[in-house]
Amino acid sequence: MTAMRDLPDENLFVMGHTACPGCGVAISIRNALRILGKNTVVYVPASCGVVFSATYPHAAMKVPFLHTAFENTGACISGLKAAYEKKGKNVNVVGFAGDGGTYDIGLQSVSGAAERNEDVIYICLDNEAYMNTGIQRSGSTPFGAWTTTTPVGKLTRGKREFKKDLPEIMAAHDIPYLATLSVAHPADFIRKVEKAKTISGFRFLHMLTPCVPGWKIDQAKSIEILKLAVDTGMWTLYEFEYGERKVTYRPGKMRFVKDYLMMQGRFRHMSDEDIKRMQGWVCRKWGQHYGEKGSPEVCPVELPAEHHAITEDHRGMHGP
Amino acid sequence: MKKVITGDHSVAYGAKLARAEVVAAYPITPQTLIVEHIAEFVSDGEMDAKFMPMESEHSVMSATIAAQAAGARTFTATASQGLAFMHEMLYVAAPLRLPIVMVNVNRTIAYPVGIWCEYNDSMAERDSGWLQVYIENNQEALDMVIQGYMIAEDRRVLLPVMPCMDGFVLSHTVEPVELPAQEDVDVFLPGYEPVYSLDPDNPAVAGSFMPPEYIMEMRRQTMDAVEASKKVIPEVGKKFASRFGRDYGGLVEEIGTEGADVVLMTMGTVTSTAREVIAEFRGRVGLVKLRFYRPFPSDEIRDLGSRFRAIGVFDRSLSYTGGGPVFEEVKAALYGYSDIPVINHLAGLGGRDVTAQEIRKMCELTLRAADGERVSRVNWHATRGVPV
Repeated sequence: MTAMRDLPDENLFVMGHTACPGCGVAISIRNALRILGKNTVVYVPASCGVVFSATYPHAAMKVPFLHTAFENTGACISGLKAAYEKKGKNVNVVGFAGDGGTYDIGLQSVSGAAERNEDVIYICLDNEAYMNTGIQRSGSTPFGAWTTTTPVGKLTRGKREFKKDLPEIMAAHDIPYLATLSVAHPADFIRKVEKAKTISGFRFLHMLTPCVPGWKIDQAKSIEILKLAVDTGMWTLYEFEYGERKVTYRPGKMRFVKDYLMMQGRFRHMSDEDIKRMQGWVCRKWGQHYGEKGSPEVCPVELPAEHHAITEDHRGMHGP
Repeated sequence: MKKVITGDHSVAYGAKLARAEVVAAYPITPQTLIVEHIAEFVSDGEMDAKFMPMESEHSVMSATIAAQAAGARTFTATASQGLAFMHEMLYVAAPLRLPIVMVNVNRTIAYPVGIWCEYNDSMAERDSGWLQVYIENNQEALDMVIQGYMIAEDRRVLLPVMPCMDGFVLSHTVEPVELPAQEDVDVFLPGYEPVYSLDPDNPAVAGSFMPPEYIMEMRRQTMDAVEASKKVIPEVGKKFASRFGRDYGGLVEEIGTEGADVVLMTMGTVTSTAREVIAEFRGRVGLVKLRFYRPFPSDEIRDLGSRFRAIGVFDRSLSYTGGGPVFEEVKAALYGYSDIPVINHLAGLGGRDVTAQEIRKMCELTLRAADGERVSRVNWHATRGVPV
């Protein structure tokens, strides 16, 4: 495995791009491309990624770059790979799509490409909302988060639904390789991208990527927040190979989700009751991912019995 | 070699003979047989292509664009709702100057849901930058797939081409078709040499985010390419005719127009019936087969305006301007050049048969208009409750 210091110094995602300082997407793209190398062709759907790396007449990537639309990353990387296969060229074909472009509008396309086991790498850069259009909620936005379409109002305060478990959906496609990553855990990050590069078939890399304006965070805190996401259980580092889950990094001590939430303006309005619900949800995920309950100080002994993805509104419709 | 085959089968042979390298596909009636036949060709090793069974038409056009941008010759086919679902992606292919060939088997767009021939699917895509040619028979279907690549890949053009073929009337009907020899097609249509493609040895961006400072020029370049195709199309037609012996004319084909008083302009398979009907009018009515709807043959239409006393225009689609889209564009082309009557004949919507009786009526009404009689400008043929 390559150590961080042994990665090539030459960046294929170069200075002069126009991403915000502290942008998790930009840091993830830069480091992924250092590992993937020059023999790579990139597709980026409608997103900040197009604006900050390919605004005419400039280009921030030193690899071929295609953009066409929003909902079609799975299909476009499939088409690119088909052409290279036909031409006898062995090229890494990579899609860098956001959560909106993957969880929501692009779900059909990513599912189709996974089911056909296309020989491509799909990287989902998950900043948990439609950030390029100005912070609207997506299927990935966590419970309680403020976005411009889940405002903090008199009747409702932030998003009322929980984050969709996309990696589970992708794992159900029985693909050769799936991994969750964070650039705050570089050794794990490098190992997984390198591994994805050597495997053939459909590879899905899911990266949590803080968004400075969307999460309302200090631009110097992106990495710290990513670490905290893992330490609280809001993000788990694991990989799937043909349906077999293996956790690749386990935090020494489980921390309260409140510590993660209070570092971010998007969560600061959350009531004690909502934080408790969120903690219950995180503890359930922790149990699923690590195969044992979270620490007794953090996780309530009895988790609320109700299904956490059901909102108050839905409860009203279905009776008590 | 002559084979008795359906229009869909003929199109599949066209794609095979053109040596399409990547074929992404999604099934929709009445296009389905095309992709089934191509899947069989590939599965039997008769066609050296990558066949991609996609999960939607939107993904078909996305994968096709990406494969073409990476330097492969691509082919696909769709119809109706499938074409509508591709709408967003059609607008990407032309300005990226990707010479894709896609056959659209014309079928009515819902609502009402129907599966038969109407042109409201392809005509809705007239502003996407794709060239569109309307096909009369199964032979022309095969020939226009091959010619389609010659036109699309010409360096003066570099635009996607959409041969449009009447659903069921051609797609599912057998006719004798002469299959050209592969060696002859290979000489006529050499392998695809892209001007540029996405290559790690020579990195470039395709599909930039583009500020207003540049978009006007992009649009103008695409417009110039559409205009340039007006010269390329007849050239390719002539070249094809000299090798294969079949000449379809240029943007339009004139039939029995010499000495005629008026002309009837038709498209697609209705033209074949009209070829018979005009004979009854003893030279007074000529026939003009509108082959290319994009580029629109404005010059040819102005020429008709100067030679005849009236033009009847058949439309198999409605613009909700009162008449059909071809009618509206014929009038626009003539504006300032000619004030002869232009009479619209709407027929065959939703796949209703257009019989000799209706075509006879179209000719009569057009002749009456030429003789100075007040004739309704838009006529709904064989429509309950609407007198013609």
